[in-house]
Amino acid sequence: MTKKVVNLHRVVIRFAGDSGDGMQLTGDRFTSETAGLGNDLSTLPDFPAEIRAPAGTVPGVSAFQLAFADHDITTPGDVPNVLVAMNPAALKANIADLPRGADLIVNTDEFTKRNLEKVGYKANPLEDGSLEPYNVHAVALTSQTVEALKDFDLSKKEAERAKNMYALGLLSWLYSRGAEGTREFLKSKFASKPEILAANLAAFEAGWSFGETTESFSVQYEVAPAPLPAGTYRNISGNPALAFGLIAASKRSGLPLFLGSYPITPASDILHELAKNHRFGVLTFQAEDEIAGVGSAIGAAYGGALAVTTTSGPGIALKSEAIGLAVSLELPLVVVDVQRGGPSTGLPTKTEQSDLLQAMFGRNGESPVPIVAPQSPSDCFYAAMEAARIAIEYRTPVFLLSDGYLANGSEPWLVPDVDSLPTIDPDFATGPNHVDEDGAESFWPYLRDPETLARPWAIPGTKGLEHRIGGLEKADGTGSISYDPENHDRMVRLRQAKVDAIADTIPGLEVDDPTGDARVLVLGWGSTYGPIGAAVEVTRRSGVKVAQAHLRYLNPFPRNLGDVLNAYERVLVPEMNLGQLSMLLRARFLVDIQGVNQVRGMPFKSTELGAAITAAVEDLSNETE
Amino acid sequence: MTDTYPALSLVPKSELPLSAKDFKSDQEVRWCPGCGDYSILSNVQSFLPELGLARENIVFISGIGCSSRFPYYMNTFGMHSIHGRAPAIATGLAISRPDLSIWVITGDGDALSIGGNHLIHALRRNVNLKILLFNNRIYGLTKGQYSPTSEQGKITKSTPEGSLDYAFNPVSLALGAEATFVARTIDSDRKHMTEVLRQAAGHEGTALVEIYQNCNIFNDGAWQPLKDNDSRDDAMMRLVHGEPIRFGADNEKGVTRTADGHIKVVPVAEVGEDAIIRHDAHAKDPGLAFALSRLANPRTLQNTPIGVFRDIERPSYGRMARQQIDDVIEKKGVGDLQSLLNGSDTWTVS
Repeated sequence: MTKKVVNLHRVVIRFAGDSGDGMQLTGDRFTSETAGLGNDLSTLPDFPAEIRAPAGTVPGVSAFQLAFADHDITTPGDVPNVLVAMNPAALKANIADLPRGADLIVNTDEFTKRNLEKVGYKANPLEDGSLEPYNVHAVALTSQTVEALKDFDLSKKEAERAKNMYALGLLSWLYSRGAEGTREFLKSKFASKPEILAANLAAFEAGWSFGETTESFSVQYEVAPAPLPAGTYRNISGNPALAFGLIAASKRSGLPLFLGSYPITPASDILHELAKNHRFGVLTFQAEDEIAGVGSAIGAAYGGALAVTTTSGPGIALKSEAIGLAVSLELPLVVVDVQRGGPSTGLPTKTEQSDLLQAMFGRNGESPVPIVAPQSPSDCFYAAMEAARIAIEYRTPVFLLSDGYLANGSEPWLVPDVDSLPTIDPDFATGPNHVDEDGAESFWPYLRDPETLARPWAIPGTKGLEHRIGGLEKADGTGSISYDPENHDRMVRLRQAKVDAIADTIPGLEVDDPTGDARVLVLGWGSTYGPIGAAVEVTRRSGVKVAQAHLRYLNPFPRNLGDVLNAYERVLVPEMNLGQLSMLLRARFLVDIQGVNQVRGMPFKSTELGAAITAAVEDLSNETE
Repeated sequence: MTDTYPALSLVPKSELPLSAKDFKSDQEVRWCPGCGDYSILSNVQSFLPELGLARENIVFISGIGCSSRFPYYMNTFGMHSIHGRAPAIATGLAISRPDLSIWVITGDGDALSIGGNHLIHALRRNVNLKILLFNNRIYGLTKGQYSPTSEQGKITKSTPEGSLDYAFNPVSLALGAEATFVARTIDSDRKHMTEVLRQAAGHEGTALVEIYQNCNIFNDGAWQPLKDNDSRDDAMMRLVHGEPIRFGADNEKGVTRTADGHIKVVPVAEVGEDAIIRHDAHAKDPGLAFALSRLANPRTLQNTPIGVFRDIERPSYGRMARQQIDDVIEKKGVGDLQSLLNGSDTWTVS
């Protein structure tokens, strides 16, 4: 049966099911096929902290949202056009987000009395008319999958498990995605289990054929490739991009990469990715705790490695004392914080930006640490390289503040040519740097480079440079223990001045203000870049003038930040916290910042940000009228 | 030298012979006069030249406490780190730098209280570290609170009615943590300490050396029965691999097995020489070593063994970690960054 083909510009699909239903895998596969077709895309996995939460319950729902388009997009979309609900819990948890008229694909097999009761449905929503506003496609996904696999030597339970592939096949047909990548993927995943492989392939094909033949779907959709800059692309999420950035920094500095880490959500995948890449000479050390993670990294840094520790907010709290030690020792160290909802254990699988002040101030004493924040999944690669550069050139710990949304979300990435990546010079100390009064040559471990104020990095094994360092205050220059009040005052100021001086090597903040006469600036940092960009674009389309800028460096700030803030009458700062950057900006620049804040564990919706921007602009013109 | 210390074969050798004074730094030593740390420092400085290693390839790493000032006084590379974390920091250095001889200096509070977790994990991993644990059964730098090795009932500023904690026995703890080398020595016996250090230095992996050390300010005389001429020989037994475990002023006591499988101290005359256990530090099973570690009376110090309890061969964590990397490279080749970034699923936009 040939069906009508409709071209769409942008589609947002949300796959939702039980945490054991394989929704993340389904979403990943659909994403891969979509990437291969050249669409721009953005994804948002959203899953519970429990590995297998109680089946069929709302807390156990795992979802994967994907936006793809024939043009440049920066967010996974506020609301889906299509919701795939694998059970009543998935329907209940997601239906509120579905706009009227949207497509709803429901697995009717799971709408049993028991399952409905489990999530508090008094009547079956498939029958009580409550789904009338939607374009409902009632599909017996489970039983159709079992039927399609009846010739296989599988138990019913095993056959049922392939229903996500059936759903993937159906959606792949509906949106004219390719099938070859999925086939290849399954072949490699189930290489050792030929029966399971054949069943999954068959379920996928069955779902595809069902789409072609059923009358429930009258049209098939296509989304044309997006006009992206020429080059080689891949799809990538933030955690592997960050890991690749660290490997690249290792290659481009010639330093061996050492990771000391303790598993924690949502940062563990960086450890996994690096552990897979031992052939780059990477040493990965799964420590006994967070403190040993950073401790071992400090030891490796002392020995001349590019040393990294990865964690999330609770882990940073444990590492704080050791990070302070690295500040005092002035050794290169990259501290990766993939932020999640807090305080305490908080929301392990949900995103938040609430560790900014912890990174900034969460140590005893005057203990400045530079902070770099990536703005998108693929930007985690470049931000990791930049954090490594600052750490090595300035002999300092550096915070790299990613978050759960960047870590797990994905987007197409124009893969860089390795030769075009910047190089980093470790500039190890090789000989004496001082002449004593008696004319003898000696080595002063705290004699600073006059420009960067960085101290020499003299690693064990370097003849003649034997020296001792520690957490006690050191005499300026010689590095010997010193309790002298004037020296301490000088050393505190020197450590601060060194971090401040990093601003000399970072670019000024760029402002996007197309008309040049906007009065309101929206300033963000980190993963809000996508939602802010989408909101600004929509607002501008409606004729509102607004400028946008995004901070990559939170400490030190770019040199021109004060001028930028003062050039606008109102500054909006959206953050997934209660106003941490706002607080820093107010304190530093005495500028009245207007915060836009939410901590729902999910990225901003561009519509809510758009409304906040429009309100701010209108508010300002009302004031001045 | 390489033959004497196969475990140090990857550490570069000194071009010229070194002496104790080559290992003295220019910093003024600031322990209290009479502190047991002085003799340990002097012993270590005198012993190190024997290893023949390049001085720049020797590193001392410490935590916090009186003993942890040690690295400042050694003219080697050194780090005075934070409380309890020295084994973790040294682990990162040891597994990434096989060409270094790394020594951790710690105390009973640093290693067994705040840093207990790092200590047991370093031991079980068999990281190439030599850990010298100065045990004085008291907190010195914070001025006299009881420590995890203080005897129960210890009256201190923080325990005016006596401490309630049961004490740790560092040797028992280390053996329980899968340590491959565990020894005990005493600050006042230069010869014995040097011999123990020598064996520790030659061991591949983690060597834990507990050093009974006197804090003459806050816990003076803690080990006195093991030091006084008239009580020492009666209280302390010296473990020597392959030798019968005998001690006493006239060598009249020995350690024997009891019918129920335990060990106990008996007059040799009572059981006969053949019934005395020969010490076997190389036994795979840590049972005897553990039993020996339980012999001493923690209050009177009677029947205290010193020497090497256990010394077995097991590849170090660092060696295995580097081997894994070498094996992967041999199998798959050195990683190519461009192919890593590209991955297996790319598309081209022209």
